[in-house]
Amino acid sequence: MMELWSALPTPVQSVIAITAIILPLLAAVAWYTYAERKVIGYIQVRIGPNRVGWRGLLQPIADALKLLMKEIVLPTKASTGLFLLAPMIAIAPALAAWAVIPFDAGLVLADINAGLLYVLALTSLGVYGVIIAGWASNSKYAFLGAMRAAAQIVAYEIAMGFALVGVLVAAGSLNLSAIVEAQSGSVLTWFWLPLLPLFGVYYISGVAETNRAPFDVAEGESEIVAGFHVDYSGMAFAIFFLAEYANMILIAMLTALLFFGGWLSPFQGLPVLEETFAWVPGIIWLLLKTFFFMFVFLWLRATFPRYRYDQIMRLGWKVFIPITIAWILVVALAVILEVPPWWSAPA
Amino acid sequence: MLDAARNYLNSLLLTELFRGMSLTGAYLFKRKFTVQYPEEKAPISPRFRGLHALRRYPNGEERCIACKLCEATCPALAITIEAEPRADGSRRTTRYDIDLFKCIYCGFCEESCPVDSIVETGIYEYHFENRGENIMTKDKLLAIGDKYEADIAAARKADAEYR
Repeated sequence: MMELWSALPTPVQSVIAITAIILPLLAAVAWYTYAERKVIGYIQVRIGPNRVGWRGLLQPIADALKLLMKEIVLPTKASTGLFLLAPMIAIAPALAAWAVIPFDAGLVLADINAGLLYVLALTSLGVYGVIIAGWASNSKYAFLGAMRAAAQIVAYEIAMGFALVGVLVAAGSLNLSAIVEAQSGSVLTWFWLPLLPLFGVYYISGVAETNRAPFDVAEGESEIVAGFHVDYSGMAFAIFFLAEYANMILIAMLTALLFFGGWLSPFQGLPVLEETFAWVPGIIWLLLKTFFFMFVFLWLRATFPRYRYDQIMRLGWKVFIPITIAWILVVALAVILEVPPWWSAPA
Repeated sequence: MLDAARNYLNSLLLTELFRGMSLTGAYLFKRKFTVQYPEEKAPISPRFRGLHALRRYPNGEERCIACKLCEATCPALAITIEAEPRADGSRRTTRYDIDLFKCIYCGFCEESCPVDSIVETGIYEYHFENRGENIMTKDKLLAIGDKYEADIAAARKADAEYR
């Protein structure tokens, strides 16, 4: 099997590997929309979609078919080229970022040294899709949404970047696999504990970065109709959704990788349980952790009303950035002083 | 001073947000209230005011005596009645139309009727496919009354002691 794999030319290997990542990802996006409707329904004491297929499980397919058959309306006064380019700019980084995600020890498409930097760069590129969409639509609501998105992303990008600097200091590496390996030991040596404030800031900034409730002012259907994608219909609209959900899954998986030990078993270092669960492949643990953070995205949306715009700015600039800067210093000191059990000198 | 510090700590630790999330988290597991409509239906009261009907006496004689009280009381002017003496000398309607687009389903026609002829039934699933079908003529109203007489009578009986 392995010989057959290495006998293939490198481009073919890459295409197979990319397909193996993208296809499950797109399926996950499709059923994430179903899970969202179901979870929010359950929280609102309803049962959500349950007509298409068993318990509504085929609902995403029906939705996709509907969107595929719809016309893509091009507004007369829109800037057609940019209008069509925007969804592609939104989806491309959302998918490209997955190249450096390690799903298990060694199971990564591109094991590059600056993985964290790459992810940070690509997640911030996605906002250009939103801004260009708002600009190209030539509609005041879309433009308002785009401006809101731009200001919000700038504010939270910095807090997010600083939170990742904390991870970088703690792990001593930008490589995502190395960051996960640096957390091995037990549940308590995962970075969520020493980096607890950074974890909170990172996750909340992640929610803001993906324009999800309660930070969905860029969309803000009750204020500016649908924000940047007012004028989009059919598959062009669906592409924005695809990008948003792919980004949500990405943020959830990054949270699991950076703060919750990635593919490491939560029973590491526990006498009996570790052996009992040793057969579970690492990717299962990673997916379980990811699913949890994906669920929290929906839970947040079902719980909180939309933030007022000035409050979003205040939270980003005046709360998160000071917290992250202060905690980076704390982490740096802890690393220098080799505070056990996280940074004790290698034996 | 102490309060301010406590407030600051509370908002920093997101205590209220976690309380909110625990509440919605608890609702996630509550019993769901959804009624699966076409298969399940919510119960309706005997006073329910749905589609109209004209009733008959058990001997088959129509109840309506063309007193026009319903026409007079109808706040939406949805009822149009024309009447003349029948061959046997009794006073009957020749035309009894209810325009369902005008009707506001207030039930005043039923309240005003001295012979319990015009009633509102519990039927709420109906639709029109062509222009003009919204006018319920005397024949249509009588047909509904004949078809659902048992239900109509049962609903009147159940509510009789409160009237």
